[in-house]
Amino acid sequence: MPDSNISFIPFGPQHPVLPEPIHLRLVVENEKVVEALPTVGYVHRGLEKMVEAKDVNQMIYVVERICGICSCMHAMAYCQGIEELMNVEIPERAKYLRVIWAELHRMHSHLLWLGLLADSFGYESLFMQTWRIRERVMDILDKTAGNRVIISVNVIGGVRRDIDTEMQKWVLQSLDAIEKDLREIYNVMKDDYTVKQRTVGVGVLSADDARELGLVGPMLRASGVASDHRMTGYAAYKDLDFEPVVETAGDSYARMIVRMKELFQSIDLIRKAFARMPEGDIAVKVRGNPTGEVISRVEQSRGEVLYYIKADGTKNLSRLRVRTPTFANIAALFKILPGCSLSDVPVLVLTIDPCISCTER
Amino acid sequence: MGLLDKARQRSPWLIHYDCGSCNGCDIELLSCLTPLYDVERFGIVNVGDPKQADILVVTGSVNQQNKSVLKNIYDQMPEPKVVVAVGVCACTGGIFRDCYNVVGGIDKVLPVDVYVPGCPARPEQIIDGIKLAIDKLAQKDVVKEEG
Repeated sequence: MPDSNISFIPFGPQHPVLPEPIHLRLVVENEKVVEALPTVGYVHRGLEKMVEAKDVNQMIYVVERICGICSCMHAMAYCQGIEELMNVEIPERAKYLRVIWAELHRMHSHLLWLGLLADSFGYESLFMQTWRIRERVMDILDKTAGNRVIISVNVIGGVRRDIDTEMQKWVLQSLDAIEKDLREIYNVMKDDYTVKQRTVGVGVLSADDARELGLVGPMLRASGVASDHRMTGYAAYKDLDFEPVVETAGDSYARMIVRMKELFQSIDLIRKAFARMPEGDIAVKVRGNPTGEVISRVEQSRGEVLYYIKADGTKNLSRLRVRTPTFANIAALFKILPGCSLSDVPVLVLTIDPCISCTER
Repeated sequence: MGLLDKARQRSPWLIHYDCGSCNGCDIELLSCLTPLYDVERFGIVNVGDPKQADILVVTGSVNQQNKSVLKNIYDQMPEPKVVVAVGVCACTGGIFRDCYNVVGGIDKVLPVDVYVPGCPARPEQIIDGIKLAIDKLAQKDVVKEEG
């Protein structure tokens, strides 16, 4: 192979498709990608070391800012870990409220991703439509928690706010409207010629590959592995009977379908949670500092997040380690990029739903 | 005021760079482009090429790795140009200011014209900030002509 056929194309860190900075050095032979070499560190802040400066309660606000998109689930994983260390049993109502806000976050995250995916293959009107629906979810978050993106509802020992009956009625009405709009979008995305041309058979990962690479979340489920950490029944998920969404094709189209179906699943879960939520307190008072070490896991919109917390009884934790879902999924990117055509790179980068600020922290 | 300057104020093109933010402000900025807030009614278009942009919108705090990237983007933009810092991290470093890899707000690297606080900044605030930036752009046009 003569060297003259090889060229290098820089992709990022500032790129129209990417909302976040990651740099890929693409080794290209004619139109075919031979190799992708990443450079990272553009969003690294060093949040894990913040435990030395901030105390146990202040860290909730820091872990929420690991990633603004799934902030609620980050705080949930952290609080569940601390509660396990301190042997605190939170009220049932707080568990349901946590599930409701977590599912709302999953919805806004998936809708955001669908829009960005549509944008990556130049389907601008679909981007606008999905983001129009997403604004309704943001309205629910705004009204129930007081902020649009980072809602800070989780505290150690429960939640900070309650959703009263009147508000529940309004949320359920909004969800009905969202579901109606989503059905229309789902039919478009499922059958549209443009969408199919750009996603079917692109970036295929078999179930064995997915397991071997240690993928998590929708990436794993789109390859036919029924793994969803919510099935272990943390918070109130044990009382909300549901099945993980699984597709078997393992291509970009399957990943899109998994995420679309999860949107309907989330609506369903929120409805069930409202119906089964008991009356009672929303938080218990927690005193003292945690001691010991614990691993806490939560299914985020991108997959399973793992928190390792080590505490020594002082007001600051001695170690916090976060393994985020994108850290696991980014391995898939370097499996599917080689051999693809250059025009498919933006779609493939987006198909793993990358969250760089999670990964680099 | 020449025709070009007038056109620039009626339809400023903006470029967005995520400089180590948590995504919160980035998705709020993207929300501004979508049907509910629709900044295109001010003629604002989001572009990917710094050479075509008039307004640089930066979210997040500067770190050692992206300092040069940010400077590069700014230098590639043609005059006159304005910089908008969106979110409290871009303004001062915010919650991340004590982190070891964080240099601080983006005014450590670039001259900032408009600061938009908030964690994350709401779309209404961002639109307001960009409107202020357009006024600044007009001032810079005048300065350029006189100077």
